[in-house]
Amino acid sequence: MSPTRRDFLRSTAAAAAGLAAARTLPLQAQAPVATLPAPEADAAALEIAREALDAAKRAGASYADVRIGRYRRQLIGTRERQITNVNDSESYGLGIRTLVDGSWGFAATSTMSRAGAQQAAGDAVSMSRAARLVRKHRVELAPAQPVTGTWITPITRDPLEVPLEDKVALLLATNEAALKVRGVRFASSALELLREVKTLLTTEGTNITQTLVRVGPTFSATAIGADGEFQVYEEEIAPRGKGWEYVESLEMPMNAERWAAFAAEKLTAKSVEAGQYDLILDPTNLWLTIHESVGHSTELDRAIGDEANYAGTSFVAPPEKMIGQLRFGPAFMNVQADRTQEESVTRVAWDDEGVPADRWLVIENGLFKDYQTTREQVARIRQLTGVTRSHGCSFAESWNRVQFQRMPNISLLPGERDLSIDDLIAATDRGIVIRNTGSWSIDHQRYNFQFSGQIFHEIRGGKIVGMLRDVAYQSSTPVFWNSMDMIGGRSSYWLGGAFNDGKGEPSQSNSVSHGCVPARFRNVNILNTRRSA
Amino acid sequence: MMAQAGAPGADGLLTRDDARQLADRVLALAQGFDEARVNVTSVWSGNTRFADSSITTSGGITDTSVSVTVTIGRRRASATTNVLEEGSLKRVVEQAATLARLAPEDPELMPELGPQTPPVVNAFVQQTANLDPEARSGAVSRAIDAAGRASRSIGGVFTAGFLNVNARAVAVATSRGLFAYHRTTDADFSMTARTSDATGSGWASAGARDWGRVDPATIGRIAAEKAIASRNPQAIPPGKYTAVLEPAAVNDLVPLLAGALNARTADEGRSPFSKAGGGTRIGEKVMDERVTLYSDPSDPALLAQPFDNEGLPLKRRTWVEQGILRSLSYSRFWAAKQGKEPTGPPLAGGLVLAGGSKSTDELVAGCARGILVTHFFYIRSLDPRTVLQTGLTRDGLFMIENGKITRALKNFRFNESPLLMLNRLEDIGRPVLTAAGRMMPALRIRDFDFASSSDAI
Repeated sequence: MSPTRRDFLRSTAAAAAGLAAARTLPLQAQAPVATLPAPEADAAALEIAREALDAAKRAGASYADVRIGRYRRQLIGTRERQITNVNDSESYGLGIRTLVDGSWGFAATSTMSRAGAQQAAGDAVSMSRAARLVRKHRVELAPAQPVTGTWITPITRDPLEVPLEDKVALLLATNEAALKVRGVRFASSALELLREVKTLLTTEGTNITQTLVRVGPTFSATAIGADGEFQVYEEEIAPRGKGWEYVESLEMPMNAERWAAFAAEKLTAKSVEAGQYDLILDPTNLWLTIHESVGHSTELDRAIGDEANYAGTSFVAPPEKMIGQLRFGPAFMNVQADRTQEESVTRVAWDDEGVPADRWLVIENGLFKDYQTTREQVARIRQLTGVTRSHGCSFAESWNRVQFQRMPNISLLPGERDLSIDDLIAATDRGIVIRNTGSWSIDHQRYNFQFSGQIFHEIRGGKIVGMLRDVAYQSSTPVFWNSMDMIGGRSSYWLGGAFNDGKGEPSQSNSVSHGCVPARFRNVNILNTRRSA
Repeated sequence: MMAQAGAPGADGLLTRDDARQLADRVLALAQGFDEARVNVTSVWSGNTRFADSSITTSGGITDTSVSVTVTIGRRRASATTNVLEEGSLKRVVEQAATLARLAPEDPELMPELGPQTPPVVNAFVQQTANLDPEARSGAVSRAIDAAGRASRSIGGVFTAGFLNVNARAVAVATSRGLFAYHRTTDADFSMTARTSDATGSGWASAGARDWGRVDPATIGRIAAEKAIASRNPQAIPPGKYTAVLEPAAVNDLVPLLAGALNARTADEGRSPFSKAGGGTRIGEKVMDERVTLYSDPSDPALLAQPFDNEGLPLKRRTWVEQGILRSLSYSRFWAAKQGKEPTGPPLAGGLVLAGGSKSTDELVAGCARGILVTHFFYIRSLDPRTVLQTGLTRDGLFMIENGKITRALKNFRFNESPLLMLNRLEDIGRPVLTAAGRMMPALRIRDFDFASSSDAI
């Protein structure tokens, strides 16, 4: 174990002990596996980074941080028996953030030289000074211990080093298997693979280099019926902070025929009758509902209005009326934020401000407990929470974007009884089970949402009686979560997630994982989404 | 060549000669292959974001990236880098070639294009490219001040917003002799105002190639006025109401037709423009006869990029003319297969919904009972068969009675299709610039489906 990893575990344990104590859970078995070593920072990059920090200080910055990033991204898309897209991209550059008299500035350049670094530092300080002209609040950073070290996502095989022919062969075999299904005319599969190496230096002495690896496979099939009707099925494949070993473990070619059969089966499914039903959401569907209604509503920047012009605000506001007071859901509802979770796509050792990854409860026993924070946000709520450190939620999608508050993994913790989804179904008289994510939309304060899925089954008398289609469920976040009356246990826990979640202006993308168990919600409004053309 | 110390901002964008030189260097490195294409993108971007009357973040970005597409036989792949040293360019060409060799043969591969003559579109406005951090702070101040003046009666409003400026140069070059270069700018300013009692929210925005056409003070004033007018909204039952959609709201919905305008999905039976029994619905009436939709990069109101990623020149395309589907978008492969002319991607040449001559106010005045929508949020597809979308109204929803706005309404979720709604057109306004490359009118739609109520302010 490297000193880095030891420090990381210590800080995490300390955070857990100091905060949510016994209630937070590590949600994956920590099996020892041989993983790749973490690369060190590039010496030339370090010199450029130091030059940028020095130039910023000379120009009058009271604080500065510089991130140098090298992002490798590979996209491979296929349909039926051909490749639609193979692209491999590399992006390298630096971004420097400066604080002058309590105002932020940020500049980014791909000119990786001492001169380029000086220019960017000067530009950032100019931006700080210009921002100073419109300032009501001074930025105040919560204290953070300077950290040094390296870290890498635990992987056994770097997905970018796997030969392309293996990747293409896997995808085409997947499509081929899908096309065996009667009625299935189209099949698409793709891989999105990312490796980001980023070095962060701050004027406070932090110097860290992290290598983050993420993989995101996708699959969909389209069946066409005799009457010109068509139905699409998308398999819910979670993106993970893992290497090629994860892609292989999915056995896509072996499973594709079974997946594609759902598209064909949907052609003959019964169109749903709109009305109120008890709803059982499989983790493959519920993760996204958690993301939208709990994840986004508990972001502090939304609650205080920083996102008002774009992503929106939050019903979990103002903080002084919410923390420890808002009844989010039933007493058995516990929601954990976690940037340490094994295999999750937001897992890091430190965030983009050098703050160690944290794990804490956002909702405890049904009550709202704490927000997601970065260093500059802590002062807004520390009197209310007693928490004086940042929760480590700072993240930037690239070297050319400024870091800001982004969602960690937000997960619904399992119930005390180890129930399965079958137990939930058996206990339901008239309901619908929804699997996989479909369309999703939620309002700008995170109240009214409407979600769909990929597979819908009707329950009568505790049994599945057939497949439905054209289903969407619509509710309001507080009503919905307070209607939850059953959840699954530990063995039904599953980690889903999104490769790309957008927020901020200019918009930035963040990967995020959400773990959950199946859950039942009473009397939910079900719509029929079919229209005649 | 770029972003030299002392030459910040948009002045560092690649010139035509710079771009040609860079492309030639890369093409020379790729000489040994059957075909190669180089796409160069050089950007400068400046942004300023604010909330609660403070600038929260601002940023400046300069970057140039090169994408190389190599063809070996019927195999093709591409690789991209923004590291422009010789060694790196060599590596990226080799990477593309390696990927191409490994890729299976592409039965749909089309040869790279030879020399083309795309129209020349002058979309670069110096005034936009000059918008430095101080100028952006000044613009933000003017908007905040205007919002303050407009809301003096209620003691001011909370404001948040974003100003983003881009200057961009793009070039495409192929080993068959094609070279195309285009330079453009755009600026967007948007602002949200919220009342301190948390019952009112307003929004306004403007976007253009030319910063001179964006007035921050007007945006600030309108956002504040809407916030004040939208206070204490009343709930009315969800259902179908006549809706007057402001141009910004129309701009949220109508461009979503792009996916349905794809000829291949129509031919494959996967689109609302698929004909029962095969083929497309080109020539059929698909919308109200007052609807004409077209793209045209050379249109002075649009000034879009006049060629696509492959270097194919883009010309005027009328998708829908007086309600009749006239054209769909054809890739080069699908066009060759179907004996049609390739069009490039749908809406690449901007989009105009041509309309009448009335203002939004006149559309309101002609409405006996209905709902005025400022804009929409979080729109997602529900059903590609009908282009059905869901989403929410936001930042100002108002009841119209007897041609007048009478009260603020609580927000709604809608389940509606831009295709189906353009068949329920009551009236159409005068197109206005809603963003760079977009001209949209206000619309009055019968039986717009406001499906459920939202508590969001």
